[in-house]
Amino acid sequence: MLNERVLNILQESFFKILIPGITYTIPLTLVSFAFGLLIAIVVALIQVGHVRILTPIARFYVWVIRGTPLLVQIFIIFYGLPNAGIVLNALPAAIIAFSLNVGAYASETLRAAILSVPLGQIEAGYSLGMNYFQVLRRIILPQAFKVSVPPLFNSFISLVKDTSLAANITVTEMFMVTQRIAAKTFEPLALYCEVAFIYLIFCTVLTKVQNIAERKLKLEQG
Amino acid sequence: MLQIKSLSKHYDDLKVLDQINLEIESNKTTVIIGPSGSGKTTLLRCLNLLTVPDAGEIDLNGFSLTFDKNHKVQKKKILDFRKKTGMVFQSFNLFSHRTVIENIIEGPVTVLKKKKSEAIEDGMVLLKKVGLEEKANQYPRQLSGGQQQRVAIARALAMKPEVLLFDEPTSALDPELEIEVLEIIRTLAKEHYTIVIVTHKMGFAKEVGDKIIFLENGKVLSQGSYSELYNSGNERISRFLNTLQ
Repeated sequence: MLNERVLNILQESFFKILIPGITYTIPLTLVSFAFGLLIAIVVALIQVGHVRILTPIARFYVWVIRGTPLLVQIFIIFYGLPNAGIVLNALPAAIIAFSLNVGAYASETLRAAILSVPLGQIEAGYSLGMNYFQVLRRIILPQAFKVSVPPLFNSFISLVKDTSLAANITVTEMFMVTQRIAAKTFEPLALYCEVAFIYLIFCTVLTKVQNIAERKLKLEQG
Repeated sequence: MLQIKSLSKHYDDLKVLDQINLEIESNKTTVIIGPSGSGKTTLLRCLNLLTVPDAGEIDLNGFSLTFDKNHKVQKKKILDFRKKTGMVFQSFNLFSHRTVIENIIEGPVTVLKKKKSEAIEDGMVLLKKVGLEEKANQYPRQLSGGQQQRVAIARALAMKPEVLLFDEPTSALDPELEIEVLEIIRTLAKEHYTIVIVTHKMGFAKEVGDKIIFLENGKVLSQGSYSELYNSGNERISRFLNTLQ
């Protein structure tokens, strides 16, 4: 199975696959996660604060995104929206889809983290005369942030792999490039294993980053 | 002087506080006692507005608030009132992500906009007062329950409140640790802080209480010095005092 021809193909294709990983997969992940986190913070705060009118909208958003497949969402945005007169390039369409998706899941993570801060500490903040925003900024968010780090890394790592779905809408990220090479060389097993290995490396790095982040956060507590 | 006029609080159909009238004297220690569910804690929380009463009036040294279900009290007024009152909770409620000294300076720095260096200086004096200056840079979870409660007292004192409210400050502590907290409250009482304390410790109530208020079913059943209450001839109260001796 691993004859010289296959080894040559693997060697030649390695950088051909890795480069779009660095130029597409990683930026796509980072940008989508950053936007997604921003959405998540807003959506979580709206729900925790029971903001009128906005709370049902936030719930509706989470309900729809979590209740439909990511691939379908990507198709609606890229292939569907043109029918409504909204034509997007593949990359922005992918970023929008991934951001919305991460936003919904991460908002639930953040909401749970916020609710995990003991009520007694919140009351202690109020008893000192703090207003809502001071309690939020000084008491709730610093503690919620710490709790949310492991599950947010979970979402982050999921997103790295989910970006492969963008291949379906012509984004030339790692998986798309691999598919092309596999079609040309008729070596799908070797090549798909190779791309899987590269995803695994990316996620391994992230896992290390998570470990470091968690250790740092605990250190701060003494 | 803290004046409470026909203060009421309902939860749905449950009347927790029913037209409470009280005068709490400055520089004195007032103890609130009564059976479980009598509204003691709710009354105390109303004095800090963590629970907002439905009706009635509270006046703290001329800062007056009137409660009416149909007219919410302005948020600003609630915050200003809270700055004048210090609360010590049954379960301490220290900020677990902050060190002891950070807990103490949180109010002065964030709410009173004091300079951090100044707040730390004042905070260290308070920590010394509660005998924990060497714990300044530790986190709450590294302290015993008694030590945590002493920090919580220092945190409340840091706001220089006009009245200190204690909600069963020792009921989460075992007897050994209880002593050190009671000792601090005793000292504060001797220094003539204005104190309101909800407690089940009848011996302690008798010792530090200039005035004792007996609450039952959301109403003030009786008030006065310990001996006045004890000799009031009210069988319900005598029995209660006796069981908790």
